[in-house]
Amino acid sequence: MGGLQIPMEHVLALAGLLFSCGLMGLMLRRNIIFMLMSLEVMLNASALAFVAAGAKWNQADGQIIFLLILSVAAAEVAVGLGLVLQIQRRFKTLDIDQARRLRG
Amino acid sequence: MMEVLFYIAATVALLSTGLALTRANAAHALIYLIVSLLAVAVLFFLMGAPFAAALEIVIYAGAIMVLFVFVIMMLNVGQHGIAQEQEWLRGRNWIVPGILAGLLLLELLLALRHAPATTAGLTVSPKEVGLALFGPYVLAVEIASMLLLAGLIGAYHLGRRFIVRRENKR
Repeated sequence: MGGLQIPMEHVLALAGLLFSCGLMGLMLRRNIIFMLMSLEVMLNASALAFVAAGAKWNQADGQIIFLLILSVAAAEVAVGLGLVLQIQRRFKTLDIDQARRLRG
Repeated sequence: MMEVLFYIAATVALLSTGLALTRANAAHALIYLIVSLLAVAVLFFLMGAPFAAALEIVIYAGAIMVLFVFVIMMLNVGQHGIAQEQEWLRGRNWIVPGILAGLLLLELLLALRHAPATTAGLTVSPKEVGLALFGPYVLAVEIASMLLLAGLIGAYHLGRRFIVRRENKR
């Protein structure tokens, strides 16, 4: 026997719900740290969908895409938190609406 | 049996994610986010991807969340720091994440009692992942390494200016 014993639709629905949680957080919050956390949640939800698909067909490809998503998340969070430090130093706030003027 | 564990972990993941993104305090949100990542790691394990589950804990819940903790702690140094610390040590802030994490631990113990504790028929072993990763996917590994190098240089550039300015100010 192979493949998932739980319905694939349930896993995909969970991934979709997690992704929409992250998207809602990204759109509703104006604190840049929370926006970065929402991005992490969204990346994580897509990784869940990939691993579920890999488990359904018993292939390693899903986990490899998970590894790539992991490296993307690591690079993104490193640069993003560097930007958080710069915004805090320059504007004395974490509110992203204060940093709207797009000039150095 | 394992299906029940899957749905419990899925509920924990959704609940803690929703709680994480609605907190006002960034440190509280971080605790819920770590619980959410642990729940997703349990989901990976139950879906027969133990390598992905281990990486989820080590890199996501470990390294990436530690970066967040560092930044939040760096931004919080101020006059009211001690009062804030005392506020954080109170029980009501960590009792709900503690319960959720305890639920995941219970699931882990239950899963360890049943030897092939997966909802998938077969597990995809780390060996298969490694063989595929450095076989047909070797170009993706190179691209990921370049991406990480770019991220490293970018983070160094942004952080270095921050540190130099701080030293000049003193």
